[in-house]
Amino acid sequence: MSRFAISVHGVAKDFPVGDDNIRVLHDINVDVNAGELTYLVGESGSGKTTLISIIAGILYPTEGRVQVFDTEIYDLSDNELVMFRLANIGFIFQQYNLIPTLTAAENAAIPLIADGMKRDEAVERGRVLLEKLNIANQADKFPRQLSGGQQQRVAIARALVHEPRLIVCDEPTAALDAKSGRRVMDLLREVALSEDRAVIIVTHDNRIFDLADRILAMEDGRITHDGRDKAILMQEDAQ
Amino acid sequence: MNWVAIRMLTGDRVKFIGLVFGVAFSTLLITQQLTIFVNLLMRGGVAVQEVSTANVWVMDPATRTADVIYPMPITALDRVRSVSGVAFASPLLRSNASIRTPEGDLEGVTVIGVDDSSLVGIPRRMFEGDPARLMDPDAVFIDDVGSRKLFAPGQTVIGSQLELNDQRAIIKGIVDSTPTFTAQVTLYTRYSNALNFVPGTRNRLSFVLVRSDANVSPETLAGRITEQTGLKARTTQQFTRDGIDFIIENTGIPINFGITVVLGVIVGVAIVGLTFSLFIRDNIKQFGALKAIGVTNRKIMVMVAAQSGLVALIGYGLGLTMAAGFIGGGAAGSDDFKGFYMPNQIPLITAALVLAIIALTGFIAIRSVLKTDPASVFR
Repeated sequence: MSRFAISVHGVAKDFPVGDDNIRVLHDINVDVNAGELTYLVGESGSGKTTLISIIAGILYPTEGRVQVFDTEIYDLSDNELVMFRLANIGFIFQQYNLIPTLTAAENAAIPLIADGMKRDEAVERGRVLLEKLNIANQADKFPRQLSGGQQQRVAIARALVHEPRLIVCDEPTAALDAKSGRRVMDLLREVALSEDRAVIIVTHDNRIFDLADRILAMEDGRITHDGRDKAILMQEDAQ
Repeated sequence: MNWVAIRMLTGDRVKFIGLVFGVAFSTLLITQQLTIFVNLLMRGGVAVQEVSTANVWVMDPATRTADVIYPMPITALDRVRSVSGVAFASPLLRSNASIRTPEGDLEGVTVIGVDDSSLVGIPRRMFEGDPARLMDPDAVFIDDVGSRKLFAPGQTVIGSQLELNDQRAIIKGIVDSTPTFTAQVTLYTRYSNALNFVPGTRNRLSFVLVRSDANVSPETLAGRITEQTGLKARTTQQFTRDGIDFIIENTGIPINFGITVVLGVIVGVAIVGLTFSLFIRDNIKQFGALKAIGVTNRKIMVMVAAQSGLVALIGYGLGLTMAAGFIGGGAAGSDDFKGFYMPNQIPLITAALVLAIIALTGFIAIRSVLKTDPASVFR
């Protein structure tokens, strides 16, 4: 059994543009440990969203292999892959993508309901998680009645409610002010991270770089920096 | 996940109401137009259906319907009576005439002359008066719709005099009959009176109404009469159908109503399709997120089907209720709709068309959801 939560080997991705293909990821090799908060950073167009989509099992690579907790995910059938995501991966999106006509507790319960749990039981589990995230008093409110920070907490609850082993976040602090952003990251570290779980975050929000355990920097579809020495990266970023 | 789908749908009130309205309006349009169409066609056979005592109608071979008649000589009656298997045979005269009303107006009427002794041929139900009063001199019965057409509310109908072909006719009763396709005022009288009321020609007998013996089927007897007399004989069902077919073949009604029904379907597809597409487009990110999280395409399809099904059920129910109210209210309150009803087949046909609308729009909507790349939620 591998000690890595995620193993990416030789991954490349092409996108068709007209009659041609454009390669947006080139021979990516990276392993991510469980129990770590890993950032994937880089400019727009650097390939970080493509890479995280491949790691999350929602975008097939053109070449290479991806293992998530020892499962070769792209060897699975389409249906098996969907079920694997449902059981093992939690998603936090930049725009939250909450269902506007469901309450916070109901939104948080969606992965459990999708997995076949009874509605009442699932919503109750959603409420418990919202309580852990300090927004129990907002559980019966609809997304439009919540602030951006509160919506992001609901999205975190939704990502964690089914206790996945991998949490994938896309710009979780982009729509938040600095204070709220740091609070969300602290919360993620506190609630999401454990010895057997990995959290990987796509961001270019340098205000929260110091909170990462490891930063992978990308440029032109390649990983250009892979290290735990955040100071170097933060220094580079400052320059 | 179906309750999530339903909550997604019903939570967006404006679109939900728009979708329900679209289906309801289509249902109303299709059901109402089909009902009117069928009932108008049925009026082509009403004159035949009203005569319950006869089960075979005998006529000149040139006669096509109860209103398109080539008269026969009265000797035809005896020829028909001589055929074995005939329980009884009665003469019937149907002809158009003009009457002068008490106010001096001229009105076209259909005069029906029934057998002098048996009165076979008058409708079963009387609104007012006794069938035996038709034996009175110059007596006529008027149909209830015609009485309201000729006489103002509150005006005395029974006992009123009409002038028919320079002859006096006295209204002695009002019969409860369904208007025919021509929707003229109908006067019932004895055959001998009718000969005086309508302008004279050599041959006056329109039909011979026949009842078959108990041991002979109407079809067999009709065949036997045609074979032995050379006259055209049709069972009640066949002759009713002939009247309906005549309308279908000789009027633009099927095309006009058909166009409206097609319009109902198009309006349904347009409103429901557009609104459903907008609904799906507004929620495409949420569907994408659900797919990324781990909701299978099959579950997504079931979700969209649940949404479509709910819209169809509520819209269809509302539309059908409105159509039933329209037809029922019209039948109760308007002479134009008298006797109109909604045959069982029409809600079923409408349901099939609504299902087709929903299936088409749902298919279009679901395609965009299924095509949505779950990775798009990261873009």
